[in-house]
Amino acid sequence: MAKNNSNYGSDLRKILWIWAVISIIVDVLFWFLVGPHMAPGRLTETAKNDQMDLNILMICALPVIVGVWTYWGWSLTHWGAKQNGPEPIGGPAARSNLKVQTWWIASSSVLVLALAIFGTLALIMDHGSGGGEGPNPVWMPDGPVTQVETAALNGTATWSPGKILPVQVIGQQWKFTYRYPTFGGFETQQLILPANTTIVFNVTSLDVIHSFWAYQLGVKADANPGVNDVAFTETKGTGNFEVRCSELCGIWHGAMYNSGAVVSQSTFQQWATSTQAATAANTALLPKFAWTYTPDANGAAGGYYPDGNLTPYSSVQVYGAKQS
Amino acid sequence: MTISAERPTEVAASVAPPASKTPWTQRPGWMSQHLGTAMVAALLGYLLGHWFGNYVSANYPYIANSGQNNIANTLGLTGMVLGWLLGIGALNYPLAKLVGKDAPAESEVEGWSKYFRYSTNHKVVGLQYVVGVILFMFTGGLLAMAIRTELLNPTTHVFGPGTYAEIVSEHGTVMMMMATSIIVGPLGNYLVPLMIGSRRMAFPRIEAFSFWVFVAGYMVIFSALPYGGFTTGWTGYAPLQTQNGPGMISYLLGFAVIGLGMMAAGFNIAVTIINYRAPGMTWSRVPIFVWSMLATASLLTLATPVLFSAGLFGLLDKTVQTAFYVGEHGGSSYLWENLFWFFGHPEVYIMALPGFGIAAELLPVFTRKPLFAYKVAASGMIGVALLSFFVWQHHLFQSGINPDMRPLFMLTTEMISLPTGFIYLVGLGTMYRAKIRWELPMLFVMALFFNFLIGGVTGVFLSDVPVNVTVHGGFFVLSHFHYTIMGGLLFAFMAGLYYWLPKMTGRMMNKSIGKVHFWMMFVFFNLTFFPMFIIGLLGQPRRVFTYASNLQGLNDFASISAFLLGTSFLVFAWNLVYSLWINPVKAPANPWDSLGLEWQTASPVPAHNFDRIPVILTDPYHYSEPGAPALADFGGGAGASTSAASTESNPA
Ligand SMILES: [Cu+2]
Ligand SMILES: [Cu+2]
Repeated sequence: MAKNNSNYGSDLRKILWIWAVISIIVDVLFWFLVGPHMAPGRLTETAKNDQMDLNILMICALPVIVGVWTYWGWSLTHWGAKQNGPEPIGGPAARSNLKVQTWWIASSSVLVLALAIFGTLALIMDHGSGGGEGPNPVWMPDGPVTQVETAALNGTATWSPGKILPVQVIGQQWKFTYRYPTFGGFETQQLILPANTTIVFNVTSLDVIHSFWAYQLGVKADANPGVNDVAFTETKGTGNFEVRCSELCGIWHGAMYNSGAVVSQSTFQQWATSTQAATAANTALLPKFAWTYTPDANGAAGGYYPDGNLTPYSSVQVYGAKQS
Repeated sequence: MTISAERPTEVAASVAPPASKTPWTQRPGWMSQHLGTAMVAALLGYLLGHWFGNYVSANYPYIANSGQNNIANTLGLTGMVLGWLLGIGALNYPLAKLVGKDAPAESEVEGWSKYFRYSTNHKVVGLQYVVGVILFMFTGGLLAMAIRTELLNPTTHVFGPGTYAEIVSEHGTVMMMMATSIIVGPLGNYLVPLMIGSRRMAFPRIEAFSFWVFVAGYMVIFSALPYGGFTTGWTGYAPLQTQNGPGMISYLLGFAVIGLGMMAAGFNIAVTIINYRAPGMTWSRVPIFVWSMLATASLLTLATPVLFSAGLFGLLDKTVQTAFYVGEHGGSSYLWENLFWFFGHPEVYIMALPGFGIAAELLPVFTRKPLFAYKVAASGMIGVALLSFFVWQHHLFQSGINPDMRPLFMLTTEMISLPTGFIYLVGLGTMYRAKIRWELPMLFVMALFFNFLIGGVTGVFLSDVPVNVTVHGGFFVLSHFHYTIMGGLLFAFMAGLYYWLPKMTGRMMNKSIGKVHFWMMFVFFNLTFFPMFIIGLLGQPRRVFTYASNLQGLNDFASISAFLLGTSFLVFAWNLVYSLWINPVKAPANPWDSLGLEWQTASPVPAHNFDRIPVILTDPYHYSEPGAPALADFGGGAGASTSAASTESNPA
């Protein structure tokens, strides 16, 4: 018994050493072998940052898992009833250990606080990280986003290479369509975006809740009827991406997907201009471009953030002409 | 502190049944109230309610024109539930009191038929719950098999998209309902009085009510299928909810009905723990499983009313055209999302805490060591319960509501991993330098720790808003909550059954079959759900019947593993049948050498649990401590009958 007690911490010290070594190896292997391939890829600045966040979380999570597993590995090989280990001791020493408990609580608290601070910084610096921020986003990319949005709503916005591009995403059972307010508000089922451009997605729905998930862009925003859910991304190089609905929206939810492409700015402008011309007759029949298209009871349609800057509170201006 | 003789008990009622005055409803035999009368009355209640609903509402234009009468359906199902409760006898006592009549206490029918009756004995209710949750689990599991069958191939479909959406929704709802009660119901009801040295629960009738309402909820949620199902998943988001057909009624009413049972069970267990502890059972001597039951019961009591009301609002929207969730008429679909998750996140811990409790309760027994950091464990459970009310918006990070709240909900959500982590501190500390006996319950406990570690760590990923953009609404989150609920709670349930069934039934579970069950369940659980993390990271959304063709390999791997995982439950069922009926082996009085109070009463447990209420002298974790004090003073030893214990008193 005395022998046990005098060396009671020796197992823990060995476990900690093994843990430290394995953790470093696993983290390094992950960072260089798996990290560059993690979701959602690096097509946009947003996606690149989201991938970075995911990888940093993995770097923190792997040692935690490794630590517990190391401990169990040790317990399996040393502390079984069939092994020749020392007899367990009860009493106060086995009931609590102030040092161990304090270390556990302190280190897990520090880790958790650090992760929360890191997540918040990432969220702010990456302009909402591609997530839907609702009608009045609080973390906007550089540039005149508000002016572009207001102009889009008034039908006075234009686009030329280098400028911010507003795009409207309309979820409906069961497909996504896209309107380009800077090109006369034409509606298409193809999502084509210019490279090296800040994109403002305005996501809404005509019926139930959908979720616009442009996987490779690092963008996800719920499409709610009566709500303009705004999300940002910054495209870099060219490439294809997939769009899927990630909120159950009825029986054909599984079939609600299509693909899109980031193309060069000049190609985009050609495509948009020609599509605008080709669909002009159709566009004339569409409702006037608005942030939402569902009817509402009193002009407020829920009235989320009515005092914000991006969508000044005027029912007609905010939510468009009533559909009757 | 007074001891047993002065404590009011209901022993008189069970020792001396008033044989001459037994009303017909409580006699033994067929001419009485039992499962059969409940079923007949439920059917009659349905027909009556449905007829009445049609009678009052069929002429309203919006109903006449729609071809479906949700009012008739709602009243029909409500009539079914009321008929069921009347038929089983749940309402005899309150109705008699209501009209001012003398209501006799329920007499206990002896023999196996008591399991088919309205019994106020917590041990009968516990075993009824075992059967009830297994029924839920197996039907929900069959639906899961159907889902994995559909996902074997991205383009060839076994079911139509409508059928598939119904299967997915029914699977999720049934499993969530089952999981609310899987441990609280069977083990909580059975063990809490035994562990705290009580002869009864605080409210035996409410306890029986909670079980029979739980079964009524099962009938209501399955009535969705003949009604054509519902396609909203278990989350039931509006406006899809508003758009859905009559199957949605079953969902909304089903949650309201099962919510009644959850509130009743939680309230009863919380009051019992607070008020019915034996003398000397101070808060620092309460077994850790009882702490977890207290935390869970508090959540059941406080969170479920929100679900109940939310369900009723939805029913009103669908029947009498209110607009709680209808944006076009001034309501909001966000209201449902908020109410649902305000309940839904505490619900997550309703489904996690009991598992922690079982793990922490069993570890000392199989490590032969005291529970490490008992106070940290208890405070961790209470901390989780409190914090779980402040995190619900992490389910709505991409929904478009108030973005400025996201950092706060990210912080609270990540903070909840601290008290959860306490359980690991307790687990690892208890194992330190132990002599671990790798018995079946211990294997399941270790599996729980293994699975919940992955489930918990991935939960931190989901709480990080930037990462949430990638993983929300996909297979990653699906895998995450299967790791916590199935990997945690269900493994804990199995640990608890293998551990306590010898006490509850007097039979040992077969060890060889149990090992096959464990290894199949553990290995194929991980092989089913781990690939789903990768599937999710590669971009597959939840609840889809088709997916990218390059994901077929992973999906097929998960499906085949899922079928084998399903098979492991058949092995478990076989073990139950084999060990309880085919080849029963009598269990020793204390097969695991536990110091817990529940093992110190006679086996089988007498109707009134303890002949004399024990006086608790210390906590039940003095393992490997020579000269440790005895757990309790039984005043003449367990099983020694003394008439002093019987004082005249009726259950409230
Ligand atoms: Cu969808
Ligand atoms: Cu949650």
